Amino acid sequence: MAELLEISGLTIGYGWKGRPMVTVVRDVDLALGAGEVLGVAGESGCGKTTLALAASGLLDPPGQVLSGSVRFQGKDVLSLSPKELRGLHLSEISMVFQASMNVLNPVMRIRDQFLDAMKYHGVSDRAEAEARAREMFDLVRIPQRFFGAYPHQLSGGMRQRAVIALALVLHPKVLFLDEPTTALDVVVQRSILQMLNDLRRQLDFGVMFITHDLSLLVEIADRVAIMYAGAVVEEAPARELYEKPRHPYTEALMKAFPPLGGERRRLEGIAGQPPDLRHLPSGCSFAPRCPKVIAGTCETIEPPVVEWSQGHRAVCHLCSQEEARVV
Amino acid sequence: MSRTLGRPDLPDDTEQGPVPVLDVRGLTKEYKVGRLGRQKVVHALTSVDLTLERGQVLGLVGESGSGKTTFARTVTYLERPTAGEVILLGRSLPLRPTQRRLREQRSQVQMIFQDPYTSLDPLRTVRYTVSRPLRSLGEVPRRALHEAVEELLQMVGLVPPGEFLRRYPYQLSGGQRQRVGIARALAAHPALLLADEPTSMLDVSIRLTIMNLLLDLQRSQSLSLVFVTHDLAGASYMSDQIAIMYAGHLMEVGPASEVMGDPRHPYTQLLQQAAPDPGSDVGRADRFEARGDPPDLTVVPPGCPFAPRCPQARSECQEALPQWRQVGPSHRVRCVLYG
Amino acid sequence: MRAFFSNRLAMVGLGILVFFGLVALLAPYIAPYSPTDINFTPMLPVSANHLLGTTSQGNDIFSQLIYGARASLFVGLVAGAIMAMVQLVMGVFSGYVGGWTDAVLSTIVNVFLVVPGLVLLIIIAAYLPQRGLTTIIVILAVTGWAWGARVLRAQAISLRDRPFVEAARMSGEGRWRIVLGHIVPNMFGVIAANFFGAALYAVLAEAGLEFLGLGNINSVTWGTMLYWAENGDAVLMGQWLYLLLPGLCILLLGTAFGLLNFAVDQVANPRLRRN
Repeated sequence: MAELLEISGLTIGYGWKGRPMVTVVRDVDLALGAGEVLGVAGESGCGKTTLALAASGLLDPPGQVLSGSVRFQGKDVLSLSPKELRGLHLSEISMVFQASMNVLNPVMRIRDQFLDAMKYHGVSDRAEAEARAREMFDLVRIPQRFFGAYPHQLSGGMRQRAVIALALVLHPKVLFLDEPTTALDVVVQRSILQMLNDLRRQLDFGVMFITHDLSLLVEIADRVAIMYAGAVVEEAPARELYEKPRHPYTEALMKAFPPLGGERRRLEGIAGQPPDLRHLPSGCSFAPRCPKVIAGTCETIEPPVVEWSQGHRAVCHLCSQEEARVV
Repeated sequence: MSRTLGRPDLPDDTEQGPVPVLDVRGLTKEYKVGRLGRQKVVHALTSVDLTLERGQVLGLVGESGSGKTTFARTVTYLERPTAGEVILLGRSLPLRPTQRRLREQRSQVQMIFQDPYTSLDPLRTVRYTVSRPLRSLGEVPRRALHEAVEELLQMVGLVPPGEFLRRYPYQLSGGQRQRVGIARALAAHPALLLADEPTSMLDVSIRLTIMNLLLDLQRSQSLSLVFVTHDLAGASYMSDQIAIMYAGHLMEVGPASEVMGDPRHPYTQLLQQAAPDPGSDVGRADRFEARGDPPDLTVVPPGCPFAPRCPQARSECQEALPQWRQVGPSHRVRCVLYG
Repeated sequence: MRAFFSNRLAMVGLGILVFFGLVALLAPYIAPYSPTDINFTPMLPVSANHLLGTTSQGNDIFSQLIYGARASLFVGLVAGAIMAMVQLVMGVFSGYVGGWTDAVLSTIVNVFLVVPGLVLLIIIAAYLPQRGLTTIIVILAVTGWAWGARVLRAQAISLRDRPFVEAARMSGEGRWRIVLGHIVPNMFGVIAANFFGAALYAVLAEAGLEFLGLGNINSVTWGTMLYWAENGDAVLMGQWLYLLLPGLCILLLGTAFGLLNFAVDQVANPRLRRN
């Protein structure tokens, strides 16, 4: 499958005057194909949001890309001028970030925000623009009567759907979603996700879905990447990740979600805290908290990237060499 | 000083059986919003009846606007109820309690707050924060304070306690801050703890450690716990009993195993379907059906507040608020489907 | 605290303040003559003996300038402190207690806000029999406290609803303990900024009143110097330093307080800092 979006060796740091640079994303390789949902899961501080910002060309100082590339259909997004980037946004690459419902201009009618965006990207015929926008409203299931309303007249869930509609109205190829439903009720969340799924099948765009809710990703994503302390520690097809996690962090993270049904069993969280990115431990960054740590090896030597044939890879010393091919 | 906190010196049990630690009757809370002339009334809680036995954990589940936080705030008397009765350990709390009565109540019911980043005074050390209830409610003399605080920190897993005494909130992680909040609540030696979404602001891997801590404390100190949450799975993990709230009304109450295993109320069923469940089969997502948006609390519904969104609604649902129907020895549902 | 001392604005403001403070303290040692001494020939120009010349009465201007620092600093700091305290009490009490107390107190605050301060100041000063620094301080405090009280009330209200304050209530802490132990300490930044703002207002208002002749015209202050300079047609007589320097000193002292006000705001509210 031709890759729509290719992130290679991306390393991002945050730097302030007079203070040493803090690396928040380390050497990340990820790829997204057309019509695919790639989930990126991790806890606070793992770098997933910074990754999404950089990959969509929205990273501002004090953040800066230190090395690596982000290729969208072959073009390097990071080397584009601001004007070229603006041309790309909404029409090719779109993003919906957390609490995006507040991204809508409160003093402008929703209809006008749509028309504005489309006009900027070359849809000059007003009638056509309006028709496409209304079509989008139908697809995200907002009643047409809200088309000319102001954002505050819509509920939170509807606003989020409006933002998603705006992100998709120009039929982009890639959609970045960063915790798009966290601020919403679980019932509303489920209906929005269902709607997104239907839209994806209809319009055939790729989605990078970033969230801390791993249990959600297993249900809705095709592939899932787990990030810890700025690096990808495991990546696999969603189902496979759930059934056969290879990295101890993935395993522990899976177990941190109480099941909905079944018998009540005692579960354990993960002891300790994510590491301070300014003082990363040598060797594997997860070693201090790892329940399966190999003394002497994990804390000193960087773990290798091990790959299995089903498109499953993990960065861990534990993975046996016979089953896999060390990259 | 290591006596259990669960207050073994509680009121005598009556012939009818042990006195429940919490007995809420007809609890109602209304807020006025808006300016003069354009005022609306928000019906945050409407006539809630709930009982909690000693040593039990109740999971109060609902989405935002369901009234679950309002419930916690009125039971702990951070806000005064508009109507109804809150009976703690057999004693009813007056609508306008005296200062003394309020202090008594604070030493019986304590709250664990949701956001560990704003529920600790940033200018005060851990020692100060945890010692306040000991001084104000427990009248612990100054010389005994140090030891008492250390004991509490030990109980919540902040070890070695001496290291944490002098720290300020900004020097603690989210999980550690929440532990301080729990220690503070325990310092009052309450019989009942109300935890208002204590883990929703924490990282996923930390949540379970805090939930387990609460469960351990509950058992070892013979405490009763009300665990308020929007996460059905979390409630299922923690609770003996589960109560489901919607639009300020209680919809279903019963043993956790029954409510989770065989949810009766259509809203409970909807919550289950909507919650993420990686263990489920693949086609699940497509079978979900839900309509409408969360309810408007300024409008008093003529009948069941869930009716507009209910996939099984009948005409009678909008006519009058459904009565409680018993579907098990301790399992009741507010729905016409079971009458 | 560390942030404060590394802030450039704060350091400049503090520097100016310390400079004037030293001048005021060491006045007897720095000034060549007593400022009230009228034994000198009046209207002398700048010379080695009289660095800034003499007034129409025969006082040495330079000595007056140095001693004038005392008055302005005194008024600035004292009036500023009184205003800050009144603001604090009114604002915090009103904000935290709420209800009827708040309604009544807020109405009082609003009344004082609506009445034009400068006009009131001038009228009161004009009618009072007793003139002098104490009078000025009292008038300033009475007319200038209202705006800061509003700001502090808003802060108190926002703090009152914070979870850690509610937690303090849950811990059984009494109302006063909460206000003094939790609310006020967390408002320190705004209170300090308010103090410096009040001091700034006091210095300028005092100078203004005295320039208009509403202060004690026999006292030695920068504002009174301006009054006499104006009355004695200093510019016509070529004594433009007489007119310029007191004004400049007032400006500098005012700026010092202004800078400190800004700096405290910046330190207290990290969002205002420039990175």
